[in-house]
Amino acid sequence: MNITFLLNGETVALQDAAPTQTLLDWLREARGLTGTKEGCNEGDCGACTVLVTDKNGSRALNACILFLPQLHGRALRTVEGISGPDGALHPVQSAMIEHHGSQCGFCTPGFIASMAAAHLNGETDHDRTLAGNLCRCTGYAPIIRAAKAAEHAPVPGWMMQDRQMLNDPNFFLPEISSGGAKGRGADSPPAPVRPKTSDELARHYAQNPDATLIAGATDIGLWVTKSLRDIAQPVFLADCTDLQQIAINKDHIRIGAGVNMARMYDLMREHHPSYAAMIRRYGSEQVRNAATLGGNIANGSPIGDNPPALIALGARLHLRHADTRRDIPLEAFFIEYGKQDRAPGEFVETVSIPRARDRLRAYKLSKRFDQDISAVCGCFNITVENGKIARARIAFGGMAGIPKRATHVETALIGQDWNEASIKATTPAWAQDYQPLSDMRASGEYRLNAARNMLMRYFLEDNGAEVDVQGVMA
Amino acid sequence: MTVSAPLPHDAAALHVTGRARYVDDIPTPAGTLHLAFGLARIARGRITAMDLAPVCAAPGVVAVLAASDLARDADTSPSAHDEPLLSDGSVHFHGQPIFLVIATSHLLARRAARMAEVSYAEQTPILSIEEALAADARFEEGPRVYAKGDAAAAIAGAAHRVEGQIEIGGQEHFYLEGQAALALPQEDGDMVVHASTQHPSEVQHKVAHALGRPMHAVRVETRRMGGAFGGKESQANAPAIACAVAADILGRPCKMRYDRDDDMAITGKRHDFRITYRAGFDADGRISGVEFVQYTRCGWSQDLSLPVADRAMLHADNAYHLPAARIESHRLRTNTASATAFRGFGGPQGMLGIERVLDHIAHDLGADPLVIRQRNFYAANERGGPSAPRPSAPPEDISSKKKLQTTPYGQEVEDFILHKMTDALVTSSEYHARRAEVARWNAANPVLKKGIALTPVKFGISFTLTHLNQAGALVHVYQDGSVHLNHGGTEMGQGLFQKVAQVAAARFGLETGAIRITATDTAKVPNTSATAASSGSDLNGMAVKAACDAIRERMANFLAEYFQGTPGDVIFAGGQVRIGAHVLSFAEAAKLAYEHRISLSSTGFYKTPKLAWDRIKGAGRPFFYFAYGVAVTEVVIDRLTGENRILRADILHDAGASLNPALDIGQVEGGYVQGAGWLTTEELVWDKSGRLSTHAPSTYKIPAAGDRPDIFNVALWDAQNREDTIYRSKAVGEPPFMLGISAFLALSDAIAACGDGYPALDAPATAEQVFAALQRQENGV
Repeated sequence: MNITFLLNGETVALQDAAPTQTLLDWLREARGLTGTKEGCNEGDCGACTVLVTDKNGSRALNACILFLPQLHGRALRTVEGISGPDGALHPVQSAMIEHHGSQCGFCTPGFIASMAAAHLNGETDHDRTLAGNLCRCTGYAPIIRAAKAAEHAPVPGWMMQDRQMLNDPNFFLPEISSGGAKGRGADSPPAPVRPKTSDELARHYAQNPDATLIAGATDIGLWVTKSLRDIAQPVFLADCTDLQQIAINKDHIRIGAGVNMARMYDLMREHHPSYAAMIRRYGSEQVRNAATLGGNIANGSPIGDNPPALIALGARLHLRHADTRRDIPLEAFFIEYGKQDRAPGEFVETVSIPRARDRLRAYKLSKRFDQDISAVCGCFNITVENGKIARARIAFGGMAGIPKRATHVETALIGQDWNEASIKATTPAWAQDYQPLSDMRASGEYRLNAARNMLMRYFLEDNGAEVDVQGVMA
Repeated sequence: MTVSAPLPHDAAALHVTGRARYVDDIPTPAGTLHLAFGLARIARGRITAMDLAPVCAAPGVVAVLAASDLARDADTSPSAHDEPLLSDGSVHFHGQPIFLVIATSHLLARRAARMAEVSYAEQTPILSIEEALAADARFEEGPRVYAKGDAAAAIAGAAHRVEGQIEIGGQEHFYLEGQAALALPQEDGDMVVHASTQHPSEVQHKVAHALGRPMHAVRVETRRMGGAFGGKESQANAPAIACAVAADILGRPCKMRYDRDDDMAITGKRHDFRITYRAGFDADGRISGVEFVQYTRCGWSQDLSLPVADRAMLHADNAYHLPAARIESHRLRTNTASATAFRGFGGPQGMLGIERVLDHIAHDLGADPLVIRQRNFYAANERGGPSAPRPSAPPEDISSKKKLQTTPYGQEVEDFILHKMTDALVTSSEYHARRAEVARWNAANPVLKKGIALTPVKFGISFTLTHLNQAGALVHVYQDGSVHLNHGGTEMGQGLFQKVAQVAAARFGLETGAIRITATDTAKVPNTSATAASSGSDLNGMAVKAACDAIRERMANFLAEYFQGTPGDVIFAGGQVRIGAHVLSFAEAAKLAYEHRISLSSTGFYKTPKLAWDRIKGAGRPFFYFAYGVAVTEVVIDRLTGENRILRADILHDAGASLNPALDIGQVEGGYVQGAGWLTTEELVWDKSGRLSTHAPSTYKIPAAGDRPDIFNVALWDAQNREDTIYRSKAVGEPPFMLGISAFLALSDAIAACGDGYPALDAPATAEQVFAALQRQENGV
């Protein structure tokens, strides 16, 4: 595959690059840029964080689960390029030295990349922007002090260069054919492609239903780095900009499958703040900058955090095969573990949610608050009218082989008075809805107890009680 | 003076620009090969057939080695020679290396390693403490017992008693840089190894053994590690030996880095413990006797488990005078990765046992646990109080002094400073007011409950294997006045190199910029001990001081003669050497000395004094001194789910007269968060077959930035070490780790507010564990 991008300000043109080589391996092995580190090779530690700029802005991404084609047409800056061309330190670098923010130093380049990205974007919620960077030495305090200290330093000129170059009408990266859906020979599989529109994608996928759709690669990256699999017929979706649209009208919010979780966070802050608060804990900044809504739904995981929230909101899923479109309630998409209502060659195009008064609460339960997969993700959308429960949509992740509605609990609630007694009366219904399994994240018994208590939390919160440990101060 | 200056880490500018070079970053010669282990997929049994043909045929594979392909026995154990590099046909844990793939790239080696077809005759693995006890699977002939007085009689005669049990989980090191090594074959069979290890001498020793050559044929170099925490004390041996063996056979450079999941499956972790206890005490909570039984799962091989279990016993008193004590320790052999060194080395587990007892006693009496702790503290000694005698003070005549209190192993506690430290922290943290505020909060809030706890640390400093308490250094002064510094300690992020460079600079009256810190190298300083047991700056700082002073003395003698003064009048300060009216720059002095044929190179050596320890009897003085600390932590828990969070931590820590307060505070902050992680979110889970389920950061959760306390006040207790350590400083690597115990007991305090019983919380206190304890509280179990 032919790929061109900017690397620390210099143009790189790769001919016939292996489409699933990770950026991290390429940087370290092919380019000798060893500042970017491998800590876990699965996007959880952030030691490989790099800064990627495109026309939508600059963001931190994990290089270990980023495939080279995802960089096409973009600008990449590694820790080596975060210092100035003359070796001048970036303000976050100086601050990290001054505040003793490095000890062993192995996580430091990744922190620097995340901090430089936040600095460039004017972000000051450092616990959020650095949740995807693990440090085992410092206990984080000096790193946060450094990040705060650098907040008001001006962005160095060289850090503006990538945006300027990409936006400069006179500048262009050498354009190499995106490939299209052409085969290399009668027997060889189709070449990897980079469609530019959903129409192009729809045509290609209908003809090549065994293709692998890759948007953020936060899941598929691990197929390569951990499962050590070959990826069949990769299709890179990053350039399908029409899949990345958000449309809001009077009745619905319609979200393209290619919208990443960082944008979902921004969207939900306005419409469903509790959902946004949950997304803030979904993956990390680096993961949210890559992972897409469509990927989180289409992979069918029982522990994805978006489906329960969307199901509770009454979302509909819009699927497309070639030029045929259909839509279904999101909960109907998940048939059983590993099985979804999706035909070969069919893909998730958009998700729509009805606009209604915000009654959603999303409760994510995990061992660690930030950047942890949910043991239980409980989402509640209960409407009370005249003291009685008029409507209830409750859905959970982590409680079954699929994201699943609590239909028995909903039934037990509807029509009842909105009080503790009604909630306690749902107890038998929970066991009818869910028989969760035990694994390394939680026991089945705890999952069920915690899920049930989340309904109580919803009730108490609705009545003004303090229920969020994150909201408490010493 | 450079000593005591809060200078940045020597490599800070390299860290932040990505220029600090770790093993995997070293440019390799053309033709370098990459290694990966094939791993056992059962926890116990025998390999009945191993077809490696598919591995050999995989793309990029150059060679595949099984144990039978090695000319010599290659062993990775630091102690009992019981860990073959590759399985001899028997399998002892899930993830044990059984063959070695050598390929043209890291990824191809990993891919090939999964292609073996292996058949096993499985046996039922011994995984739990119960299973190990039932099978009498253990190291040593039986439990080890240290005793002082008649604990059983003291408990029987006490007015009050508590008894209980606590489960204490292990901990994955999660050094950010995984295990890594690079072996470069040299002429005539010599081998150079770059290893990410805390113990280059041991890698040298084990590689030489595996190659069948003397140690002089192997040179091991370690510039830095990307974190270690004990996890690269013995665990670094295997990849280094693998690389050396493969490089020796193939005549090509060989490199290995463990993929994170492999690393977590293969390497040992902190020992998990179960501790049962019985304690007798009076109405004021004063302990008369305690009995502990400590059970620990050591894993399949001995590794460092005996000294780890010893140190757990040696910290069963923590800061408390126990008139009578009996500590029984079972070192159990299980079919899990061999548990190994981890910051604190058993001390944290032993300490949590007694802190639990104090907490339990306070609950039983309905008293503030702080008061009960203070009542049981060792007496403040009367020899000079909390700070040390002046460095020049003559040796004290102790014959007339009152007898000091002793630990359960008979060491006198000479410098107990926790009374004043605790008082200071109680004041600065506003403990009493906040404890009252916590009670008010708990009365007003039905769902969220708060807890607060203060816990002390008294940690023994020295290797308990006495002969390890030695260190060497090599210092060169060049004729331009620049200084080359080398010693046996390794840099893993703790700032050892910088601290020692500050010592060297101070001895020569230079700025640290004049001192070149160089990679640890077995050809420069031989026979070194692991950089472990918090001993790095104590030992190597003294050895470097000796080397610098030897050169300085030669320079002074020469200059005195040259300028017709006396050596005692030669002053090294401010980058200059002065004698009388003569002032030379240090460089001029060095050049002059060189031109007059004065040797400007010296080794230095140090051994810790006063140590005498019999580990079988459990009697003597294993520790040169103690390091102290105290922490107050406040937490909040959610009754509905057990979710919890640290809200505030206040710490006062004793680093003696700190060599570098900035680096020492870094150790304290980092140690606390790591210790709190151990006891809260970091949960190791093995499935029924003995496979580690939590083998990646996706499932094993170390603290993230948001898990640090919102309010985090850390200060050093500014007082000299009463013992004659390097500039009267104290070791600071491990002790702060145990300050995290305060977070655990604060959670217990919050749970206790939800019922009448004692919560008996187990560690790690994940949300699920807290919830389980809450249910016991609420159900009155």
